[in-house]
Amino acid sequence: MKVSESWLREWVNPSETTEQLVHLLTMAGLEVDGVEPAVANFSGVVVGEISAVEAHPDAEKLRVCQVNNGRVETQVVCGARNAAVGARVPFAEVGAVLPGDFSIKQAELRGVISSGMLCGASELGLEDIVDGLLILPADAPLGQDLRQYLQLDDAIIDVDLTPNRGDCLSINGVARETGVLTQTDVTAPAFCALKPTIDEQRAVILSAPEHCSRYAGRIIRNVDLSQTSPLWLREKLRRADVRSIDPVVDVTNYVMMELGQPMHAFDLDAIEGDIDVRLARSDERLVLLDDKDQALSDDLLVIADQQKPLAIAGIMGGKDSGVSNNTQHIFLESAFFAPEKMAGKARQLGLHTDASHRFERGVDRDLQLRAIERASELLLAIVGGEAGPVTVAEASAQQQSAQTVNLRETQIKRVLGFAIPGDRVTDILSRLDLQPETIEGGWQVTVPAHRFDIAIEADLLEELARIYGYEQLPVEPPVAQLTFSERAESGVSRRDFSRQLISKGYREAITYSFIDPETQALFDPQAAAVELLNPIASDMGVMRSSILPGLVAAAVYNINRQQTRLKLFETGLGFQQQGEKLDQSPLIAGLLVGQRLPESWLSAREATVQKSQNADLFDFYDIKSDVESLLGLSAGKAVQFLALDLASPMVALHPGQSAAVYLDQSLVGYVGQLHPQLQKKLNIDQEIWVFELQLNLISTKKVPEFKVLSKFPEVRRDLAIVVETTITAGEVVDVASKAAGEHLVATVVFDQYSGAGIDEGKHSIGLGLTWQLQERTLNEDEVNALIEDVLASLKQRFNASLR
Amino acid sequence: MSKQANLSELTEQALAAIAAATSVKALDVIRIEYLGKKGQLTALLKTLGQLPAEERSAAGATINVAKQSVQSAIENQRLALETAALAERLANEKIDVSLPSRQGECGSAHPVTITLERIQAYFEQIGFSVAEGPEIEDDYHNFEALNIPAHHPARAMHDTFYARGIDDSAPQVLRTHTSPVQVRVMESQQPPLRIVCPGRVYRCDSDVTHTPMFHQVEGLMIDENVTFAHLKGVVQAFLRVFFEKELAVRFRPSYFPFTEPSAEVDIECVMCSGKGCRVCKHTGWLEIMGCGMVHPNVFAHVDIDVEKYTGFAFGIGVERLAMLRYGVNDLRLFFENDVRFLSQFG
Repeated sequence: MKVSESWLREWVNPSETTEQLVHLLTMAGLEVDGVEPAVANFSGVVVGEISAVEAHPDAEKLRVCQVNNGRVETQVVCGARNAAVGARVPFAEVGAVLPGDFSIKQAELRGVISSGMLCGASELGLEDIVDGLLILPADAPLGQDLRQYLQLDDAIIDVDLTPNRGDCLSINGVARETGVLTQTDVTAPAFCALKPTIDEQRAVILSAPEHCSRYAGRIIRNVDLSQTSPLWLREKLRRADVRSIDPVVDVTNYVMMELGQPMHAFDLDAIEGDIDVRLARSDERLVLLDDKDQALSDDLLVIADQQKPLAIAGIMGGKDSGVSNNTQHIFLESAFFAPEKMAGKARQLGLHTDASHRFERGVDRDLQLRAIERASELLLAIVGGEAGPVTVAEASAQQQSAQTVNLRETQIKRVLGFAIPGDRVTDILSRLDLQPETIEGGWQVTVPAHRFDIAIEADLLEELARIYGYEQLPVEPPVAQLTFSERAESGVSRRDFSRQLISKGYREAITYSFIDPETQALFDPQAAAVELLNPIASDMGVMRSSILPGLVAAAVYNINRQQTRLKLFETGLGFQQQGEKLDQSPLIAGLLVGQRLPESWLSAREATVQKSQNADLFDFYDIKSDVESLLGLSAGKAVQFLALDLASPMVALHPGQSAAVYLDQSLVGYVGQLHPQLQKKLNIDQEIWVFELQLNLISTKKVPEFKVLSKFPEVRRDLAIVVETTITAGEVVDVASKAAGEHLVATVVFDQYSGAGIDEGKHSIGLGLTWQLQERTLNEDEVNALIEDVLASLKQRFNASLR
Repeated sequence: MSKQANLSELTEQALAAIAAATSVKALDVIRIEYLGKKGQLTALLKTLGQLPAEERSAAGATINVAKQSVQSAIENQRLALETAALAERLANEKIDVSLPSRQGECGSAHPVTITLERIQAYFEQIGFSVAEGPEIEDDYHNFEALNIPAHHPARAMHDTFYARGIDDSAPQVLRTHTSPVQVRVMESQQPPLRIVCPGRVYRCDSDVTHTPMFHQVEGLMIDENVTFAHLKGVVQAFLRVFFEKELAVRFRPSYFPFTEPSAEVDIECVMCSGKGCRVCKHTGWLEIMGCGMVHPNVFAHVDIDVEKYTGFAFGIGVERLAMLRYGVNDLRLFFENDVRFLSQFG
């Protein structure tokens, strides 16, 4: 809320400077976001009166004015159409400096001397209206500095109020708080109840008393809406960041800013019969002041007459019953709408108004009469008319008796850590208008009608701490029992996996959890993706089921910035609906693009040794090695890479250059090349290698169990096996390992070859088998027998032969 | 006499040959020629028998002296040759050690992760444990249990993303803070509790200073006799160790539905040391975190006895701390994943 300091000081005028005041407010929980001058800097502008106006001899649109500053008359050429004899206007004399550092000098305009400038509001940084000169009141003292006259040396304090402090959404409220903080008396302007000059009234029925427990209304007949609001009122509204509209709206807004009571004015002629404050019917509609034709629902409170809804209570008025230029008679409203019923209603309609903002947070229960009297007084002074008596409808059952809350003295130390002296407590509570009474072991307070945030003891503790000063409260380290926390040695943390990849040169990325639905469908069409109902952008419309789309997008971002060699990874949740259950499980995904080694003299030299053209680019065996190093952390488990089933659901991957990853026979993820078609669709012209693993499935390892080291030498035999190319090395190793018996300790594939010397359609696989016994050396005959077994198995299973 | 003359002549010959030898191999030849079984000096020894017995011992000694001198000359020359050869080899084998290595790369953790792990580590040191939870939450855990009923104006402080649930009547929310994890812990464990909850959170807001996803670490301590003074103690000490410097810290009243009293914590601007700059909007202070004493209504939701226990909670924005710690000037950099940015953190 924007608070004009000079307006505030009309209510409470402590000796504190602006800066001190701002600090006090901030440290009391009314955070000041900024302090701005009420108007841009200018000087040398005084109140002047136009004493004569003549046409310019040589310019149709210009006039030559004589301007009296109370001492002398000066000739000024002016283009404003409202430059009229007798008007008092801002007069920037020669030597004045206007906003924007614009200096006023004597000038000659088409042959006529002009010594100064007559100003409009916008030229002085006041109201944003470009409509001729700013006409000052006729009693504005001639020659007085305009800044002084309009009290423009004022600071606008921007207070960022938390939702619990609806009571501070007015000058009244901020003044009350300032009074407490500075121990200064608050003097509200005097209000007098208007003496009615007519006795006409409109009956008010409260049909939904739990929504509206008090409604005050008053008829004012024969108002003159051709009047404009006085400058002082427009200035106050401007400083409160409220636009001036017409005198009726301006006055209701003024009272809202001053006292905190939102009000509404109806065109009396649009009201048919009594006022009924009732819930809307779901078949009703209402065209609002913003021209929107709003369908109503039966949870919305409306102000209606006997025929139709006129306004949505506390949110926005209807267009047809609103005050217009033709309005002759008005009906003023000042009501209490229950905050708990108002909550969320404006939002539900996609609206947020100054009124709804206040009613949702709570408007002083006792303010309605004072506000309507204040508004009447101001209105009659501006637009005239005859006021009827105030009609007040009250639902007595809903008129809450003042609430009391108890504060135990012991709780102060228990929660705040510090015993505030009793008389200080009483003093603080009294100043907050909480009327403390001493009771056994503490105090009982009565919650004033303007506070909606005090219901329990903790709320009082906060009030105490707040006024006493958070900074004054002690600072202590907590004391607690030292206890060990359980930590399974078999656990492998996300951090362990991340560190492993980092040490292998990967950089960690963090991409958004919501992605483009189309991309999601391209990568993982099988997953039931979780849709956002209110995405911030259409390409952030679903929750990812896989990290890969985000990681690939990050790669593209970098490739487009000449970063063509990338090693990226990310950890995070993947989301998908699995039947009734929403699955959100942690994943780890990685990506490789570009050259296997960073560009260097070495990579260039080594690449020429290789035969293949792309030998220096990342390939499957690079990313497989990274996956293996991750799974190495899940020690003691069997790792398998199985070719993708051609009917596999992993459509994102190249079916021939990708594998499903198994750990102890369960599927834990995938590794391989991004499918060339997908790559093309994403407009990438490089091979992209990726993996993604389910963290939950790989994050345990076996706690080591020592095995005695053999003292006897190992025996190794190498075999070159020729099989059909459809038989994979993995299959050959599996069969060979099983046939090689329990003493086999290592198997290595040392060669894979096809070409000259090997029949078409076949390839040769070089196997190195190593055996070792605990108790002795394996002898030659035994090794030969094992080799025979291996060869026989391979022959039988794959029709393999020795090369 | 002729033998003597012969001996010194032979010795000189041998020494000259040794001095002239340029390889270990040549030295071997010389050794064999003079000292070998059939060598010339060896041969002289064999002629001793022909001398009268009284002369043999002296003559033998003379020959042995000559042999030893040749022997040691050979050794010295061998050493000299080997030293020279090694020096030459070493000189020839010199490489350019300034050339880059085969793969001198090291990756990097994301600055948000680094910051998150640092925060976590400080709290683990003083006995807090880490708790995690789902990111798609139900309304109850994200709002209701935290004393934010439906339509509460405080909900406007959290621009919430809604996700389609199983049935449309009960949409799920993307958690707007990690506090629901605290609720889940309080539901399943009784005090004393000391936890921190790190993780991703979501708010439907995107501009220069907001991203729709960001990270928080929220902390909770519940025990008998936990006070606001302890909250101030923990927060102040944490900020000091995190920024590794003494910083002015101030607590000012604020509002969060789940704490009462609530506080906003400001630190002296780390960019200008409180003098006032663009980063702190010339106030000298930076808003750094929110905290407070756990609201009794929150305890009521999870059946914790408010008369026995008190607790404090705090919430830290990880990106904010990372920006201040590393001087990052644009929040959005964290999620662009430009490797030129990422590589600055490892």
